[in-house]
Amino acid sequence: MTANPVTPYARKTSPRWVVLVTLAVGLVLPLALFGGVLVLSPLTKPAMVAAFVQEVLGHDPATWPYTTLLTGAFIAVLALVLLTFGAVVSGTTVWWEMRVSSRMQSRIGYNRVGAGGFFQWIADAVKLLFKEDLIPAESDHLLFRAAPYFVFTGFALVFVALPFGESLIAADLNVGIFYLTSVTALVVVGILLAGWSSNSKWALFGGMRSAAQVISYEIPAGIAVMVPVLMAGTLSMQGIIRAQGAWPWQWFAFTNPFATVAFVIFFVAQLAEGNRTPFDLPEADSELVAGYLSEYSSFRFALYFLVEFGNLWVMSAISATLFLGGWQVPFVGPEVYAAARGAGTLPALGWWGLQVLSMAVFVAKTLLVLNLVVWIRWTLPRIRVDQMMTLCWKYLVPFAFVSFVATLLWLILVAQAPVVGPATGIALTVVAALLAVLFARQTRANISAVGDRVDLSNW
Amino acid sequence: MEKLILRRVDRDNEEMVLNFGPQHPSTHGVINFIVETDGEVLKKAVPDVGYLHRSIEKIGEIVGYPGFMPYTDRVDYVAAMFANEGYAIAVERLLKLEVPPRAQWLRAVSCELCRIASHLVSVGTMTMDIGAFTPMVHGLRERETINDLIEELCGARLTYNYHRIGGVAFDMPGGWRDRVLKFLDHFDPFLVEFDRLISFNQLYVKRLANVATIPAALAIDYGLVGPNLRGSGVDWDLRRDLPYGAYPHFKFSIPVGRGWYGTPGDSYDRYYVRCLEMAESSKIVRQALESMPEGEITAKVPRNIKPEAGEALGRVESARGELAYYVVSDGTNKAYRVRARTGSFTAMGIIEDISRGLMIADLVALIASLDVVAPEIDR
Repeated sequence: MTANPVTPYARKTSPRWVVLVTLAVGLVLPLALFGGVLVLSPLTKPAMVAAFVQEVLGHDPATWPYTTLLTGAFIAVLALVLLTFGAVVSGTTVWWEMRVSSRMQSRIGYNRVGAGGFFQWIADAVKLLFKEDLIPAESDHLLFRAAPYFVFTGFALVFVALPFGESLIAADLNVGIFYLTSVTALVVVGILLAGWSSNSKWALFGGMRSAAQVISYEIPAGIAVMVPVLMAGTLSMQGIIRAQGAWPWQWFAFTNPFATVAFVIFFVAQLAEGNRTPFDLPEADSELVAGYLSEYSSFRFALYFLVEFGNLWVMSAISATLFLGGWQVPFVGPEVYAAARGAGTLPALGWWGLQVLSMAVFVAKTLLVLNLVVWIRWTLPRIRVDQMMTLCWKYLVPFAFVSFVATLLWLILVAQAPVVGPATGIALTVVAALLAVLFARQTRANISAVGDRVDLSNW
Repeated sequence: MEKLILRRVDRDNEEMVLNFGPQHPSTHGVINFIVETDGEVLKKAVPDVGYLHRSIEKIGEIVGYPGFMPYTDRVDYVAAMFANEGYAIAVERLLKLEVPPRAQWLRAVSCELCRIASHLVSVGTMTMDIGAFTPMVHGLRERETINDLIEELCGARLTYNYHRIGGVAFDMPGGWRDRVLKFLDHFDPFLVEFDRLISFNQLYVKRLANVATIPAALAIDYGLVGPNLRGSGVDWDLRRDLPYGAYPHFKFSIPVGRGWYGTPGDSYDRYYVRCLEMAESSKIVRQALESMPEGEITAKVPRNIKPEAGEALGRVESARGELAYYVVSDGTNKAYRVRARTGSFTAMGIIEDISRGLMIADLVALIASLDVVAPEIDR
């Protein structure tokens, strides 16, 4: 849209020190958390603890009495770091989403607290902490209080098996993705409890919608997840990533046309499970006031919000893991990691550098998917309950089954004629690149069609 | 009505009585709908109006004729120009006054700008009720410019009090004509962009097409007016069929619902008719600014208005359809009776009939597509 011809557009510039403080916190906070994950994730493994005790502390890990205690301490600190990471990533996602949406809607958006309003999420959280914690008199008090804990537990447990880099994962469970699917289901228990215990009709509608929606969409999501599991031959998150390559044509989303279908199904189902537009029916503000959140206030409300936005990271990270090659860095295969690790019991510095690189790749992919989800939210309207069910049962579930069976056949085909794999990979990558170019061109055409130009000032 | 409110949900019955309002985000003001639902499906929704009643008609009998003009703003504060104009026309008919051409042209310009502003609110809130937030903000952004322009014209952004008995209050300020034209040059492509953004979005279309269809006969029976009536395919517009003011001098077409994506008279038709009407209003404003005659902006009106005993009806095509003031004079300086006939009030009547079997989300679409505003329902 061309600039408004009559009303001038207000600009706000922050003082230099505000900009510096914002930049400092905005960079240091995530870097410190990522650094904590980087250092602590490997250090919670028994072999590494033993090496650490031997090399750094100079004791014999087998006889030193505090080895177990030290492992426990590392695990506790890592848990704290991961929970803080969840909260911070949720807050910064809110900030990012609000900034992106204000750009999309020609609003000014957050710009008061800190440069670019970066500290708004902290201000919001503090405000919510100070609010009265209201529990409706007619509600089921116990369940009403318990519901946010279910939601938060379902969110926090995810980080146990969520990868960050080559060796950076709290616990590489051999049932990784199965575990993730199970613990995320806890969130819907919390939402259902919230809807039921509030003793409000709006909350009840929201809770019921959420239950119907999340349970329905777990079926196509679960079947779509089986496609990368079949291709990798393992349920472990790291195993699935190791089975993929670094280049796009080696990602599961592009090596196999049916996996591409599965990726789309998985992405849509994740939107629905995360209650994101166009599937935000459980808290549809124009229909159900606030859905299951209607009666919540104060910190309980904040917990729901933390989980809702933190889940964006979770769903993006799982998508990147299963379909987009995870943390795989080009030209850095497993042998490079092994070589960089060196002969010592503790890894050499180069190995840590490679870990940082793999983490950067993973975070970049996750943020790209996350940004896509944000764009979708501020573009699309909401669908209706019956349309939501129709989409799931009539389209996603059958297509998920088809892609599942077809992947089995595909794997047989690839085993017979190995050249087919890379060939389709490159073909699908070219198609995806073309689509990306078309998308960019269409965006530019849309902008210039109304006589405007791409303008990134006043960001 | 009382029975319905007090009825309890009985144990063997799966139905639930839900108060949809008066404080609900998508009732567009303080309106209550008593909704009987079976899960997500409505048995019926009964509108319960009166929360915003301010006795404006009675005030019209207490204050004098010119003194009532600011109150008419409050009859429909989303499109206050029409509420002004309707009352002015009614009293002018009582006084048998001839309004100077320049005043009539200014009335047309201000009213059509106001229609655009009102329709922007209508289609904007409709998209928001369907769950898309971005188009609403885009709509409100354009409306903000119209508010600025009208503020330059009459000093107010919402309750204009611009029309006077016998003319209008102020002439165009210097350079105003160019600023309006500049805005319209910017606004016409905006409508195309808006259509691309939301009107032709398949998710949006599927939410509205074939939802809450009002057949033409039913629309006439219930006395629907304006875009709601035209959305049902009835080609009726006071500006063309009972012309008043400067409208006979302008060329414009009347968009009528054709069932673009479903059946004629569905929610999408009512929505899209408004989108098309904005383009027509833009054409009218351009023509009016082009052919604006010189001269007085108000007729010679006596300081103390004392019409002869009698009655008069002032009908205008408001953004929400026909808005009529019926004014009875008993020969004194105060009206004996003032009555406002508004489109939103009659539109509320049809909701109970149409809402059977809809889903809760469809009720929101129905209310939004009827473009009811609370002050116009209750006055």
